[in-house]
Amino acid sequence: MTENKRLIVIPGEVVVSGAEYLPGEWTEKRGNDIVSLRHGLAEEANKLVKVIPLSGPYHPRRGNVVIGKVENITMNGWVVDICSIDNAFLSIMEVPKFVDKDALEEVMDFGDMVVGKIWNINRRGIDLSIKQRGFGRIDEGIIININPNKVPRIIGKEGSMIKLVKDETECNITVGQNGVIWIKGENIESELLAKEAILFIAEKSFISGLTEEINKWFGERKKQKGAKK
Amino acid sequence: MEFKRPDGRKPDEFRKIKALVGIIPNADGSAMFQTGDTIAIAAVYGPKKMHPQHQQNPEKGTLRCNYNMLSFSVSERIKPGPSRRSQEISKITEWALEPSLMLDKYPNAVIDVFIHILQADAGTRCAGINAASIALAHAGIPMKGLVSSISVGKLDKTIVVDLTKSEEDWEEGEGATDIPISMTDDGKITHMQLDGNISTKQLKEAIELARKSCKKIYEVQKKALKETIKEE
Repeated sequence: MTENKRLIVIPGEVVVSGAEYLPGEWTEKRGNDIVSLRHGLAEEANKLVKVIPLSGPYHPRRGNVVIGKVENITMNGWVVDICSIDNAFLSIMEVPKFVDKDALEEVMDFGDMVVGKIWNINRRGIDLSIKQRGFGRIDEGIIININPNKVPRIIGKEGSMIKLVKDETECNITVGQNGVIWIKGENIESELLAKEAILFIAEKSFISGLTEEINKWFGERKKQKGAKK
Repeated sequence: MEFKRPDGRKPDEFRKIKALVGIIPNADGSAMFQTGDTIAIAAVYGPKKMHPQHQQNPEKGTLRCNYNMLSFSVSERIKPGPSRRSQEISKITEWALEPSLMLDKYPNAVIDVFIHILQADAGTRCAGINAASIALAHAGIPMKGLVSSISVGKLDKTIVVDLTKSEEDWEEGEGATDIPISMTDDGKITHMQLDGNISTKQLKEAIELARKSCKKIYEVQKKALKETIKEE
């Protein structure tokens, strides 16, 4: 494999041969070969080989910020659908204010969207927490869904891409690692512009120099708007 | 004596093969596989939580295949809906694909695979397995490798590959034997059926031919999967 170049691999394909390489995420060692287990892009860094999948479900990890929908209310918390295989559970213990145990729906009702953090994953399930600023029920704004495998592209290197979109549209954007994005802006026009920008990034996520491309896109957008006026 | 196939192919020559990936936008993964006049499409949904709950397996995920021949796929219209034959082929497809999937990553979940035969000219289960294998990879399911499938057979005394319907109905000499075989890319057999008569010696020859042919099919599947990303 050439240095730092990403290769398209398919399941069962030998990514690289050599005893010195180590298998990373979604790869397996078979004899001296590192074999991919998924369809995606293979990457090598410091002899560690990993595959970045392009499709497939969201795999929850501890510490991930996610956006979900309240699906059920139980005796001591809420069941939240976070677009992964298992539902997450938000206990009333993890809510930073007083909750009336007889009226959980007053805090969050069926169908409400909630921003939370995964604080624990065990065999029994995924536990959410909203004990942090900016977390909790979503009251206004718009929600869009994208492929969770494209979330790193939306965020960009150290948040550069999402910062660009935030600055250009003057919207508050929360990106859940599960591919759900919450946009909250001053007016609907700016929210829709942010939505379009994010969908554009998701669609063009394989182009190199994407940040520049997005800058150009915003420039054209502004020109169009000016022409209309 | 030189043996002549009805369509003039050599014994080890297949019909024209074509594979496409990502043909169904609503599915999590999808593919089409065509050999000659046999066309199969496959759509993969999931992994998602298994319902009803009592069918959940806490040890590993479940693969659920659904093979369906569309009513217009053959010259004489067939009754739509599940039949004894389609149920059997659905089960066979599950068994052929399961050894290559890493279902232990998704306990309590189910992966649904829907295979539709748009046009049938023998070898539909093989085309279905080939399409399903690519569709599963496209859906991002962790797999040990792809599964390739081909039907080999014996017409009178000659071993041939990729039979058509007219060849399956061969009646001269010893008649026709049809052997659909599925293999992983490293040549391990995951499924094999046999319909007709064949000697052990010739069966071994037939399996060798299937192994060679599966390699070629694997290359087509591989190429189709690699092309998906370039487009994007």
